[in-house]
Amino acid sequence: MGFGITVLVLALVLALLWRPLGAYMARIYGGEMRWLAWLERPVYRAIGVDPSSEQSWKRYAGATVVFSAVSVVFVYLIERLQGVLPLNPQHLPAVPPLLALNTAISFMTNTNWQNYAGEATMSYLTQMAALAVQQFLSAAVGIQVALVLVRGFSRRESPTVGNFWVDLVRGSIYLLLPISAVMTLVFVSQGAVQTLAGPAHVHDALNGVSQTIPLGPVASMSVIKQLGTNGGGFFNANSADPFENPTGLTNLLEIVLLLCIPFSLTYTFGRMVGSLRQGLALLATMVVLFGAVLGMSLAAEVGPNPAVRAAGVTSQSGGNEVGKETRFGPAASDLFDIASTSTSTGSVDAANDSFTPIGGAGLLVGMMLGEVSPGGVGSGLYTMLLFAVVAVFVGGLMVGRTPEYLGKKIQAREVKLASLGVLMMPVTVLTLAALAVALPAGRSAVLNLGPHGFSEILYAFVSQANNNGSAFAGLSANTAFYNLTGALAMTLGRLGIMLPVLALGGALAAKPKVAETAGTMRTDRPVFVGLLLGTVVLVGGLTFLPALALGPIAESLVGPGRLFG
Amino acid sequence: MLLHLRRALLAMLVLTVILGLAYPLAETGLAQWWFPAQASGSIGRDGSSLVGQHWQGREWFHGRPDPDDPGATGGSQLGPTSKVLEQEVRAALRAEHALGVEHPPANLVTSSGSGVDPDISPAAALAQVDQVARARHLSRARLRRLVRAVEQGPELGFLGEPVINVLALNQALQKLADRSR
Repeated sequence: MGFGITVLVLALVLALLWRPLGAYMARIYGGEMRWLAWLERPVYRAIGVDPSSEQSWKRYAGATVVFSAVSVVFVYLIERLQGVLPLNPQHLPAVPPLLALNTAISFMTNTNWQNYAGEATMSYLTQMAALAVQQFLSAAVGIQVALVLVRGFSRRESPTVGNFWVDLVRGSIYLLLPISAVMTLVFVSQGAVQTLAGPAHVHDALNGVSQTIPLGPVASMSVIKQLGTNGGGFFNANSADPFENPTGLTNLLEIVLLLCIPFSLTYTFGRMVGSLRQGLALLATMVVLFGAVLGMSLAAEVGPNPAVRAAGVTSQSGGNEVGKETRFGPAASDLFDIASTSTSTGSVDAANDSFTPIGGAGLLVGMMLGEVSPGGVGSGLYTMLLFAVVAVFVGGLMVGRTPEYLGKKIQAREVKLASLGVLMMPVTVLTLAALAVALPAGRSAVLNLGPHGFSEILYAFVSQANNNGSAFAGLSANTAFYNLTGALAMTLGRLGIMLPVLALGGALAAKPKVAETAGTMRTDRPVFVGLLLGTVVLVGGLTFLPALALGPIAESLVGPGRLFG
Repeated sequence: MLLHLRRALLAMLVLTVILGLAYPLAETGLAQWWFPAQASGSIGRDGSSLVGQHWQGREWFHGRPDPDDPGATGGSQLGPTSKVLEQEVRAALRAEHALGVEHPPANLVTSSGSGVDPDISPAAALAQVDQVARARHLSRARLRRLVRAVEQGPELGFLGEPVINVLALNQALQKLADRSR
């Protein structure tokens, strides 16, 4: 009952935000926003950029790569030097080199895969000035890369696609910063922590318990980790921790934060290409996929946990409560974690590893589809547009015409770039997961035995190559093998897709618009939504069904009472 | 390339000052000014209402079988077909039976996602009433009323689940016991 209302309210809030937020983003990236010019202009002066200048896609891509590399170096240095830097009340030592490298790449790529427990590893300065800064900047970079692709469709015969530095500053300052600034205080009012004081020492005279409670500048990070679909929590427990996500209200707000930009970007897209119906077609595809994955996972998660039933607990009326917080309950936790894995967020308000077999399969499927339902900030839209290019190509083959999308001819170069972007993630996942299963260093890290152990390994690479960052966290991944293979997966899943997207944006921007004729396939109709859905599901299904069969599907088929360990 | 590098370094520096220092420090200032108790961890005389504690013996209501270590948060990560999970739940069931709680709800014998869950379900609190009533020589009806009095949520009537904060319940229990002495 309460959960049904929660879903309705969530849908209503997102629907109400769709148009104003989407229009606001279109105006930001169109350079029409001025209200923070006092903050924006000095930044351009400091970095020496003329805000009216533009770049070719190659220069734009060069700036993306160089800025990403500088980000990794910055985060790495702060992690390594945190022992001698200020704002370290717990006197935490330098982060070990391989872990620091993995973490730096993880936050630059918007993954936020965490091979560490924040409260025991990272100083306040590292969390604030290294990790949370990347939560802003990696999100901004994701959105602007999507915008380059959209400009490719909206511009005609243009040699330029925008300016990396200007887009970066505008996205950070006009979009991410104001929303975070307001929401942080809402979260604190509910009980989220925001302090620079060190850990609190408490003693309870009633039960004789003493605790040392780590605190920190938590709320300011919790908000941007959701809004930027980053997912990296201040604490190890992430959004399950009452200091990050104290109430049912903050739980709903966190879901709204992580879904609002990815969904609203379809409005931005529709507006920029001059047809809202085109944006609605992408939105409809995203919503159908999201609903299907949520339904599958939810149906399993409100049912019993097999191991708990085997232990003799007769009633699990609430559903699978293992690894779930009492204040959220299994249904709302499932909604949160599905939203988080269907975007590239990866924050969790429950322990994903303890989900039922099919409940956990839902988490995997959300990522395996390429994170397009609705996907991460920017990455969801650009990945969906790659699928759309493939879909019109397939449609064109069927009727024997040169395919067009939004008035641009889709030719060999475009199809190759889109295919490269679509195939990068599955190839990375399957190769590295196979390697991990083949090597003792990969196999020895699992916590759970049987099919679930394989799921832990598979999940790790699906999550990292999709820049998601959630985990079946029983896997002990702070090892040389997983730190390095994970860093590779995250980099390929980020730049390996962004660079083809930028090249595609550049190629499309340079093309003239062709006039629509009676033979043009309409891409704003339900038929195209069906074709696009089919493309996404077929690519994901054909690639990952065998792996899913070995993991969660096998686990769901073992007889009642069959346990591993 | 060199131009990119110079701009990247300068952009990182400037944006770190804005997003990594000015933003969190300003938020900290405002949070401490407007919501000082929440911003500092909701800590009262007996600890934080948002961090679970380990309660022993029949005189107290118990929380979930979590480690309750705020310095090492997180769930057990044991999977749905894990024998270890089954054994842990069996042990928690035995402990509840030994206390006289015959049919504990699932959340009382399973661990949480945070490892410091401060709450239990109302049913889990009511299941412990008989045990506490016997140990404290208090009437069951009064304890049931006590449980209902500290019940919180769902917020706005639909957000999340109704919960009993175990610390708040035990503080109220101690007050009740002091009064009836």
